[in-house]
Parts: sequence; C-alpha cells; structure tokens
Amino acid sequence: MNEYVERKVTFTWSEPRSSYDVVIVGGGGHGLATAYYLATRHGITNVAVLERGYIGGGNSGRNTTVIRSNYGIPEAVRFYQRSVELYEGLEEETDRFLMHDKKGLLWLAHTEMGARAERARAEVNTAFGAKTEYVEPAQIKEICPQIDLTGNGKWPVVGASYHSGGATARHDRVVWALAEGAMNRGVHVHQRTTVTGLVKDGERVVGVATDRGTIGAGTVLSATGGWVTRLAEMAGLRLPIRSHPLQAFVTNHYELQFPSLLSSGDLLFYVSQTARGEMLMGAELDPQPSYSTRAGHPFIQSCAQRAITLLPFLRDLRVLRQWTGICDMSPDYSPIMGTTGVDGFLVTTGWGTWGFKAIPAGGEQMAELIATDETPELIAPFSLDRFARDRTLADRGSSGTH
Amino acid sequence: MSLTLYCHHCRGKRPLSDFVYGEIPKVPDSLTDPVERDLDRGFMHDNVEGVVVERWFCHGGCHRWITVRRDTRNDTVLSPET
Repeated sequence: MNEYVERKVTFTWSEPRSSYDVVIVGGGGHGLATAYYLATRHGITNVAVLERGYIGGGNSGRNTTVIRSNYGIPEAVRFYQRSVELYEGLEEETDRFLMHDKKGLLWLAHTEMGARAERARAEVNTAFGAKTEYVEPAQIKEICPQIDLTGNGKWPVVGASYHSGGATARHDRVVWALAEGAMNRGVHVHQRTTVTGLVKDGERVVGVATDRGTIGAGTVLSATGGWVTRLAEMAGLRLPIRSHPLQAFVTNHYELQFPSLLSSGDLLFYVSQTARGEMLMGAELDPQPSYSTRAGHPFIQSCAQRAITLLPFLRDLRVLRQWTGICDMSPDYSPIMGTTGVDGFLVTTGWGTWGFKAIPAGGEQMAELIATDETPELIAPFSLDRFARDRTLADRGSSGTH
Repeated sequence: MSLTLYCHHCRGKRPLSDFVYGEIPKVPDSLTDPVERDLDRGFMHDNVEGVVVERWFCHGGCHRWITVRRDTRNDTVLSPET
C-alpha cells in the first residue's frame, strides 16, 4: 500500500492548441474519464479537457464517493454494474492506489411495502448482473452490529437488500489517476480555462470560445453537470435539468469499525465510514434550485436526528466538516448521455446525486460514442430524446440521495 | 447559513422547510408546435445561474403563495426582504 501512497501523480501541462479533435468541457470525473478512455481504448489523443477551476474541484470533490449498482430498473442496473466492475479494475489499470474499498451496502426497509421494494430490487439486480440479496433483520444485525433494529421504536427494520458490490473510493485520487493517465498519453488538460460560448458554423458546433481564446473542435462534449444548461442554450437546446444543492457532513473519529454502507430510503439518509474513521452522512436535496454551495445547520440537525434513530452511537460524535455539491437533477432521476440533435455537440449530464459511481462507465461509453460515432447499446436508453419519445427511466427510489 | 423567507400574508420570517417550491414555467415563444410546448412545459428548465423569480407556498403558515426574487449563485433573497 505504501508504495502506492508515496508515488506522486505527475501531470504534464501544456499550452492550448488552436484546435483539437475533441474538446471536453469540464475537468471533473466524467470529463477526465472520457478523455482517459478516448486515449486508452481508442487511441484518440488530440483531446483537450477545459476546466474553469482546478480538476476535480467541482462536484467530483463534493460528493460522498459511493459506488454501487443496486438500481431498480434494468437499464440502470446494467450501466452501473459496468461502472462497479470498471472501478474494481481501475487501481490495477491506472497503477494508482484509489483507496477502493468494497464494503457492501445495506438498503433498509421499515415497512412491508419497503420490504417488497427491496425484494424486487434484489431480483432485478440479480437478473442483470449486480450482486444483491434480500436479508432478514438477524442478518442485518450481523453485518452491522451497531444498528438499533427497533429504530427507536418508530422505524423498525423489517428487512433490507444487501448489495455486496457497494464500495467507496477516494474521489480526488480517482480524478488524478484519470487525468494523469490521459495526460501521459498526450491529452491536454487546461485548468483555469472558462468556456464562455460555443462556436457554430451554420447548425454545427465547431469549437468553443474561452477566456484564453477560441479553440476549434471536431466534437464538443459538455461534462459540466448543471452548468451545461447555459452552453446548451447557445446551441439552441433546452435541457430537462435543474440544479439543486445536496449537503453532507462527517463527524470526528469513531473508534470502532463500521463495516458497511447503510442507507434508508424511508428515513432518507445514508451513512458510511471514511478511511480516516469519520462517519459520513448525507440526506436529501435542498428544495430550492440553486448553485450555492453554502452549507447550513438545519440540514445537520434533521439528518443527524434521522441517523441517530437507527444508529444511536452517532449521538456521541461531533460534526467536523460539512460541504455541499450541486446536483444536476433530471426529471426521471436518470442520467442524460449522448447526442443532442445538434451536430458536433454531445452532453453527459443529469448526474444528480449518482455521478461519482458512474465515472468510469460514463467515460468509457461516451468515449466509445465519440470514437465510433454510434451510441453504445449500454447508454442508448439514456438519450436526451427519451423525454420526447415518452421513454423516461423513472428510478427515484434507487437514486434518491447517493 | 440557510435560507429564510418572509411571508407577507401571515407576516412571518420562516425557515425554508416551512415552504414548498413552485417554479413559474416559462415556455419560450420560439416554440410554436403545441406538442413541443407541452414537452417543454413538462420537462425543460431554464436552470438560471443568477436572479430568478419564483413562487413559494407557505405550507407551515397561512397556506398562500408568495413571490420571491432570489439569486441562485449565493441563495440571497432579494425580495421580499427578510
């Protein structure tokens, strides 16, 4: 482990060229993963990733690093399972220690209705390749000894689905490994480069205007989360995206081991333990559409209250830090990937609260789309035109908060 | 910091959790096809990074709607003042 830690990542920075085959707007996980897979899988290296701040400084640095594939609809299970598998091999592939930690995820049910939903989740997961099984309260207690199965008398735990593929990884290490891998193969990453507009030739997008000059592009991919709305507007495109803040916080060090990820759909919170031993908690979205990353006390209060209902030991801990990410929410709680109907302009957005886990698969599939000019079968259902075709992928119950 | 809104009907400064959000849908005039207009109204958003005008339902108080101007860059309420 130490040999990984001690070896620092080496970035090769370069000056912008006047044009690239592919320009990716947004140097977060998805943008860099797309560049990485373009370079490694398809040998396309005349690629630039433009980032207005620093790489991984947006939502890639403002999430809760949950990796899982226990979704409720076949399309999503298949896609996220691909991502779970890519994550499992990513350390070896990039030769970087990403602190990938497979710990399993308990998704609790507090009512008969909830138990039925979790049974159905286990079934659909198993059918499409994800490893999930339904577990009874006694097994839950074995996996997570700290839990109060009575839920303080109010939220009894009647069952859960246990997703053994559930994992976490270190967010900035993932971003850095992908950036390094891409840059080593000739991809340019430009930080502090703000894209201010799209350059069009007739109906086709042929480049981007930036605060460092115009950069031509064969293909422009927006991987900017909710900020895509403004870019899309310039392409004459309306998007079903609304940005909401999502808060999370960590406590001080908890001496004992908290083995699994734990999540309750009814109580709307989830808990995991970080590598430092801190307890990490998150809950639901803020109700107001906003780009503000302010964090507030009411959230900590309500989230802690709910978490303590099931995990009484948390009451002895103190809150250390909190942060807020900006979730680009789609109406059906599924991502939007692929072509837009505007030539030369692709989007990967709608990553809401489920972006981190999808970084490798999202990048791999978008890279394939850019390289082959054909939408891969895995992400075809997530196209933007699904709303017009009445083929939405509603999966709120699985992607609610993390 | 967290958002508080002022309800001018029941004259109370209340936390955001007392309110329910209501977007004012704006379908662009450039869309003329009724089907496209329905699609836009149903799904699409301006997602403005800047000043927005929106409606909030005073659920914890008087059950009436208020109109709020807010800057989504920093969640500052511009009017009504709190």
